[in-house]
Amino acid sequence: MQRHIISILIENESGALSRVAGLFSARGYNIESLTVAPTEDPSLSRMTILTSGSDEVLEQITKQLNKLVDVVKVVDLSEAAHVERELMLIKVRATGKDREEMKRMADIFRGRIIDVTESTFVIELTGASAKLDSFIAALDAGLILETVRTGVCGIGRGDRILKV
Amino acid sequence: MMISGAEIVIRCLQEEKVDCVFGYPGGSVLHIYDALFKQDQVKHILVRHEQAAVHAADAYSRSSQRVGVALVTSGPGVTNTVTGIATAYMDSIPMVVLTGQVPSFYIGQDAFQECDTVGITRPCVKHNFLVKDVKDLAVTIKKAFHIASTGRPGPVVVDIPKDITAQMCEFDYPKTIQMRSYNPVVKGHLGQIKKAVQILQEAKRPIIYTGGGVILSDAAEQLTKLAHKLNFPVTNTLMGLGGYPATDKQFIGMLGMHGTFEANNAMHYADVILAIGARFDDRVIGNPEHFAEEKRRVIHIDIDPSSISKRVKVDVPIVGNVQDVLEEIVKLMDSGFKTDPDVANWWKQIDAWRGRESLRYKQSEHIMPQYVMEKLYEVTGGNAFVTSDVGQHQMFAAQYYKFDKPRRWINSGGLGTMGVGLPYGMGVLMANPDAQVACVTGEGSIQMCIQELSTCKQYGFPIKIINLNNGMLGMVRQWQEMFYSKRYSQSYVTSLPDFVKLAEAYGHVGMKIEKPEDVEPALRKAFTEHKDDLVFMDFIIDPVANVFPMVAAGKGLTEMILAEDL
Ligand SMILES: Cc1ncc(C[n+]2csc(CCOP(=O)(O)OP(=O)(O)O)c2C)c(N)n1
Ligand SMILES: [Mg+2]
Repeated sequence: MQRHIISILIENESGALSRVAGLFSARGYNIESLTVAPTEDPSLSRMTILTSGSDEVLEQITKQLNKLVDVVKVVDLSEAAHVERELMLIKVRATGKDREEMKRMADIFRGRIIDVTESTFVIELTGASAKLDSFIAALDAGLILETVRTGVCGIGRGDRILKV
Repeated sequence: MMISGAEIVIRCLQEEKVDCVFGYPGGSVLHIYDALFKQDQVKHILVRHEQAAVHAADAYSRSSQRVGVALVTSGPGVTNTVTGIATAYMDSIPMVVLTGQVPSFYIGQDAFQECDTVGITRPCVKHNFLVKDVKDLAVTIKKAFHIASTGRPGPVVVDIPKDITAQMCEFDYPKTIQMRSYNPVVKGHLGQIKKAVQILQEAKRPIIYTGGGVILSDAAEQLTKLAHKLNFPVTNTLMGLGGYPATDKQFIGMLGMHGTFEANNAMHYADVILAIGARFDDRVIGNPEHFAEEKRRVIHIDIDPSSISKRVKVDVPIVGNVQDVLEEIVKLMDSGFKTDPDVANWWKQIDAWRGRESLRYKQSEHIMPQYVMEKLYEVTGGNAFVTSDVGQHQMFAAQYYKFDKPRRWINSGGLGTMGVGLPYGMGVLMANPDAQVACVTGEGSIQMCIQELSTCKQYGFPIKIINLNNGMLGMVRQWQEMFYSKRYSQSYVTSLPDFVKLAEAYGHVGMKIEKPEDVEPALRKAFTEHKDDLVFMDFIIDPVANVFPMVAAGKGLTEMILAEDL
């Protein structure tokens, strides 16, 4: 079971997302995260799916995705050099001495505090998913009020370009 | 000139040379039915249940090289089609289903007869569309026909809201269509084909294993030519029957769960498998671990890359249209190809397996279903289109009717849908008006679409219904007998109608046949004297006749149960 990041260029039609999601559930493939948004060409969407499975399963996933009529291109980013990022917004309790401590932790992880009230901070953090995990682990669990993560998005390094 | 959306739909069908649609009207498609009324190029067959419309359109495709079309209303009209769409999808049958939808401005408001057609059908279509603008209507229908009939074929649904069928628009039907996201391959990779030819040359125990892909790509002729050149044994899947002439001496029968002893053994012990338009499914290779015990090389030709190495690891994948690839192989072979001399020994082995006569059966005082199939074959001269339902009768037809031509054996292989047989007969007759059509069915299956006897009366479809009546859901009963210690839970059909009277009530001819000696005369009478009538032939058969050979679920291909073992 290996972790894979699948990048998909798909026609920006209504229902395109459900075709992909439906394929994964119908065939029993994992989706750990899924992100989607239009590209610089608004007629195309780019989708990133974090999945896992054996080589055989991954081969089927790419073949089945390619079979969807709306799908223009599919690559397994994790097959070669790539960068990946995830964005997290995390709301924490920040009162008394915790206020300083939260600010210090955000600095260590290169996060930014983007909303401040008397008792809370919202911290924005981007990075590889593992970094976001360790940030959460580093905080006192009792102080975390809410987290929201975008899921992984990724892009090939250098000349690896996914475009029509 | 501006015409209405409804008229555009009909004009598109005319442009696609569609000569008939199978359908059922309702609120959302009234404009379309009105446009249909005003012309006579596209005929309409009014079924009695939307499921039958889709099955008939499906069989229209299966029995011809054209795309069948169904037209239904929104809501219940659509939900009734789902079984038919899924049936076509599992067997990769090209088909276009036009569905009415509530007006666009009502969508999402739980309007009367609204359902999420695109959502409900998504998992069982090749693709589907919801038309949102009358300007897109013609292009969408063009795309639907294009997608349905190219690459690995399949059903396509076009959902059309009622308001769009009333709006006016200029009609312009595109001649061709380009889609950046959809470009199926046709030609196989030459390097791979060369590798395949090399392996075929080295094969000592080869087998050619072919499926529905040969039929769908109209490659029967190319396959026969190739097989003759190679002198290799050929086996067909249930979906592949007729892709290779069953009366040819190189044909070793169907393989799989109810395949012949020789076909299953040859498949298992082959050192080279040339798989063509087939997908190694669970009913074909049995237990995959058992199958993997033998070392062999596999060449797999298929239009769909996802069918390759899905269940069995393939050594030489060739993605392409079967017909094109086979032509290419034959071309490459012409220069000095030599079959390995050991193939002669392989044939000796196969002949020894054939000696087991695994399709032999015992006559009894009852009519044996196998006997009815043999006689049907004789009486029709092997030229009938045989549609079938699902159950033991289906297997008997597949085993005992020798199909020499493609597109003559019309059955639901992938989904195994009871009820298809009668509507399939209607579809066959619309595509082949002069054909002899036999619908081989059981008293269970026929009752699932029996209402179509009325449609058959209306349009004069002279189908010969061969009801192999064992009073049982025979295939279920066979499994219960063999694997559930004869606990016959709900497999006995009580309160059967009098099928002769039933046929007569619908205005057809009914016959009840109870003695073996009456089988042949009755069939002759039906196909000559009643050539132009629908004849419902109720054959009261041995209630406990079973289908053999049988590879039980989870068993290996060579672990067959033969009739003689019992
Ligand atoms: C729609 C549907 N429901 C249930 C089944 C399961 N099934 C497969 S064969 C069979 C029995 C068919 O009985 P009959 O038509 O009398 O044929 P026989 O096996 O007796 O020849 C059943 C219930 C099916 N294939 N399709
Ligand atoms: Mg029965």
